[in-house]
Amino acid sequence: MARAITTRKKIMWTALSWGIGLLIFFPILWTFLTSFKSEATAIADPPVWFLFDWTTVNYTDVLERSNYPLALTNSIIIALGSTLLGIIIAVPAAWAMAFVPGKRTKDVLLWMLSTKMLPAVGVLYPLVLIAKYFGILDSRILMVVILMLINLPIIVWMLYTYFREIPVDILEAARMDGANLKSEILYVLTPMALPGIASTILLNIILAWNEAFWTILLTTVSAAPLTKFIASFSAPEGLFYAKLSAASMMAIAPILIMGWFSQKQLVRGLTFGAVK
Amino acid sequence: MGRITLENVQKKFGDVEVIPPLNLTIEDGEFVVFVGPSGCGKSTLLRLIAGLEDVTGGEIRIDGKPATDLPPAKRGLAMVFQSYALYPHMSVRKNIAFPMKMAGMDQAEQDRRIAKAATALNLTDYLDRRPGQLSGGQRQRVAIGRAIVREPAAFLFDEPLSNLDAALRVGMRMEISELHKSLETTMIYVTHDQVEAMTMADKIVVLRAGHIEQVGSPLELYKAPRNVFVAGFIGSPKMNLLAGAHADRHDCATMGIRPEHLDVVDGGGTFSGRVGIAEHLGSDTFFHVHVDGISEPMTVRAGGEIGLTHGDTIHLEPQADKIHRFDAQGLRIA
Repeated sequence: MARAITTRKKIMWTALSWGIGLLIFFPILWTFLTSFKSEATAIADPPVWFLFDWTTVNYTDVLERSNYPLALTNSIIIALGSTLLGIIIAVPAAWAMAFVPGKRTKDVLLWMLSTKMLPAVGVLYPLVLIAKYFGILDSRILMVVILMLINLPIIVWMLYTYFREIPVDILEAARMDGANLKSEILYVLTPMALPGIASTILLNIILAWNEAFWTILLTTVSAAPLTKFIASFSAPEGLFYAKLSAASMMAIAPILIMGWFSQKQLVRGLTFGAVK
Repeated sequence: MGRITLENVQKKFGDVEVIPPLNLTIEDGEFVVFVGPSGCGKSTLLRLIAGLEDVTGGEIRIDGKPATDLPPAKRGLAMVFQSYALYPHMSVRKNIAFPMKMAGMDQAEQDRRIAKAATALNLTDYLDRRPGQLSGGQRQRVAIGRAIVREPAAFLFDEPLSNLDAALRVGMRMEISELHKSLETTMIYVTHDQVEAMTMADKIVVLRAGHIEQVGSPLELYKAPRNVFVAGFIGSPKMNLLAGAHADRHDCATMGIRPEHLDVVDGGGTFSGRVGIAEHLGSDTFFHVHVDGISEPMTVRAGGEIGLTHGDTIHLEPQADKIHRFDAQGLRIA
């Protein structure tokens, strides 16, 4: 029997969903509003909501005072580069773990995940020394490699989960049909796991884009991405809420737009395999 | 050409020996069926031949050439899986073309072979569909189509009909038999269904716990099972196997008599008992008879017109020349 849904219940649930949605969205909305206020209105108490003199001066100020295009370029290169590199490494790894598991495969997977529990500061100093030794401090290549390594466990785990959903019979059929390992992965496994791979890529781009600890600590100018760009507005001259908000909006806008367009794919990917 | 030889082929999973060293020769053009109860190692044996599993010891030769260390792709064999294992993201046409694409065959030849296979398998109208849009029988035909276009040295079938319903299974059984007649290519077919084995095979290999119990034509196995296991496994309904006083009378440890070799007589007879379940099939009637002193009910195949039912008394006489005798080790006494 279908569960009876009364109009009253419907209204209640709708209101609740909107309430939660708005609560989560509120900080972004507030940042958005503040970015169009003057510095004085930004810190006004009680806060002003919509009825203030909307101004774009913060945006022009931010663009004048700092190199937004460079930070944006760096963010794009680091996010895409680390994701691409991670996928190239993780696909064969996940393939091996899903289809030719050994005695220790489960342990390896858990060990990989356990690296995410390590306090990042613990490896900061050695990493700085290594980077310095190779002369790649504040370089894009360093950031690409580090963010790839940081997110690799998640990429491998996600791909492993998706690959496990693929019947091994089909891969064996490909082998019988004369496919070598490369063709098997290229023509059979990848197309079948494409929804999973796509959401792994999307999620990883978001994670890399938002990563702040390593990007802020290991870059100064030339490789500094948008996270560093935001941070630079909070430190030396005291807090300028309106400008900080404008910088934040400019930093999150690209990823927010990307997330908006790909939300269907993201949700589908994250729940992939949950329903057969 | 597709002559396959197994010499001392052995397979262990860890410490468990699934297939003890085993020898078998499959002649070119033969239809060989591996049959046995589940877990007897028949699928593993097929996968060893295919190259999907590595042997622990021994040698596999295909057409005289060593194939033991070749990957599946290089053995020149085609396989049809129980689950069909079609590529869900490709159309029927691309599924069938895949092995030819892997072999780097030119497009015109690919198209010619696809058209030929599609005609033979009644798939012409479905070439542009995805496997998900086909019925079970059609999917199985696509899997067969994918196998035949490569013109392999041998076909391997791993319980290909298990997922089909009964009516379709009989139809596909005949299609595969006809395919074998027209292609004259070696086929190795794995099944747990002894009816499939009897109806399709040139040669049946009966397996139990990785051991070959007997190799022979269907009628050889039916007429002269080498031991009690084969006697009980081949033939439907099962052979009646009796120990004790009845066996002693024939000077053996176990005597066997097939249901169709028991005559219903009016009085007297070697066995007398009460009818338990009577299965009326029209053409035949199967009686399950409870005979005093025999724990298991005996099965009798009688004519369709015999009107005995539950509880009636029945007298049975075995046909003297159709009695099978086995010694204490379960081996046939000639």
